[in-house]
Amino acid sequence: MSVDVQPTPVVEVPDGDAPRPPEPRQITAHSIWSWIWPKLVAVGMVVLVWQVLIWQEWKPDYVLPSPWTVAQTLWDDITSPRLWSSMQTTLTRAVRGYSLAILIGTMLGIAVVQWKVFRLGAGSLIAGLQTMPSIAWFPLAILLFGLDDSAIMFVVIIGAAPSIASGVITGIDEVPPPLLRAGKMLGARGVDRYRYIVLPAAMPSYVQGMRQGWAFSWRSLLAGELLVTIAGTTSIGGDLQLARQFGHPDQVLALMIVILVLGMIVDGIFSFFTRRIRLRRGLTGAS
Amino acid sequence: MTALNDVDLDISEGEFLCIVGASGCGKSTLLNLIAGLDTPTAGTIETGGRRVAFMFQEATLFPWLTAGQNVDLALKLRGVPKAQRKARVDELLTLVHLGGRHNKRPHELSGGMRQRTALARVLAQDAQIVLMDEPFAALDAMTRDSMHDEIERLHHELGLTIVFVTHNVREAVRLSDRTVLFSSSPGRVKAQIHVPFARPRTADDPDIAILSGELTDKLKAEVAQHVR
Repeated sequence: MSVDVQPTPVVEVPDGDAPRPPEPRQITAHSIWSWIWPKLVAVGMVVLVWQVLIWQEWKPDYVLPSPWTVAQTLWDDITSPRLWSSMQTTLTRAVRGYSLAILIGTMLGIAVVQWKVFRLGAGSLIAGLQTMPSIAWFPLAILLFGLDDSAIMFVVIIGAAPSIASGVITGIDEVPPPLLRAGKMLGARGVDRYRYIVLPAAMPSYVQGMRQGWAFSWRSLLAGELLVTIAGTTSIGGDLQLARQFGHPDQVLALMIVILVLGMIVDGIFSFFTRRIRLRRGLTGAS
Repeated sequence: MTALNDVDLDISEGEFLCIVGASGCGKSTLLNLIAGLDTPTAGTIETGGRRVAFMFQEATLFPWLTAGQNVDLALKLRGVPKAQRKARVDELLTLVHLGGRHNKRPHELSGGMRQRTALARVLAQDAQIVLMDEPFAALDAMTRDSMHDEIERLHHELGLTIVFVTHNVREAVRLSDRTVLFSSSPGRVKAQIHVPFARPRTADDPDIAILSGELTDKLKAEVAQHVR
């Protein structure tokens, strides 16, 4: 027991700050370089293996073109309006389908959490739908909607919505009970309870669900564009199919690179938000 | 299973009441009943329409808000107009010696500072009755001592009625006007002791040591009875 504790109420706070979490790093030329070089090495390795296969003449060049040929085709694509208009079609579909999926998935998730009947009925179905390959929906979608945009939309939504709904459900179910009790004592009831306590608490899981939903909808979209060709519109998936049919393997590979890069960009955006949420809440280690 | 049976307690306005008992004696249940988080199967709780605030064992700060925003939310949910809130948040954080720590998030604060923030949030509710469920159990002895000084001061300055649950007899004697000893399964009032010492008190006051010694013996006898 310390002898010199004063009876005066104002004492120096004996506890210091907790160990600080890592500050967001300053962006410098050095940090950009150290972020980028491992990726360059990885890409370099892939290109090297590819080039070795070309030198070995493993396949004739009308089946597997060299990295250099593909790079030239990619450059031509980027500098021509055709790729951009295809990209516009595909990305518009992605944004429209995915937004609708968020809307539907969120409402479905809240319905399941809110009403017991929904939970009993739809709870296990949602889990099941997540494991269903979305391409398996296409035959039905084509029967229902014909060879049309709506068929693609349908599959994009049905691919993404279950993941988003399940993110909502897990998020709300797993709000720590002490936080709910604290919220109740603060007088958060009804809409306020959702707005100030439940939804913010469920946010990390919701974003995780949206991220997974995006991956599913992007896959479904490209699968759809390969299967459903609509006359008069060009899309990335449609172009890919055409390039194969007309025997342009360099075009096939160039478009695959475009698809990969687009997917990575969106995933990078999600990963930025996920990281930020986790950092702010102290959910992350030192990494 | 009955957690509490035949508990009859009158708590006067402005009283600092501590409830001591072994784990599982229903002391937390009693607080939940007073707070309205649980409803009693029989009997009534009368708070006379006074506002009740609750300070939990773990600082239940919302991790998506900063310290200042946590306090602000309590004001907002009480309907305090926005124009007044900012000044009030500053005032409350200063009151618990956290001035200037506004923008810290809960995980950036130490255990003691988190409980101080939780205390500021409790005060923001402007309640007449404050329930505390072992709020300092997870703190180190030094920090706990300083929190005791703080609570004693706020109890006096704001005229709060405090019901404080703990299993630490010394803490109860240090803080309370009256300490109630609970027996277990089902929880009952075993004994009540008035603590007559003048305030402000110090943690190493020999009177506190003697009285808590006596109380500890009673509690031990009670626990032994149930172990048998």
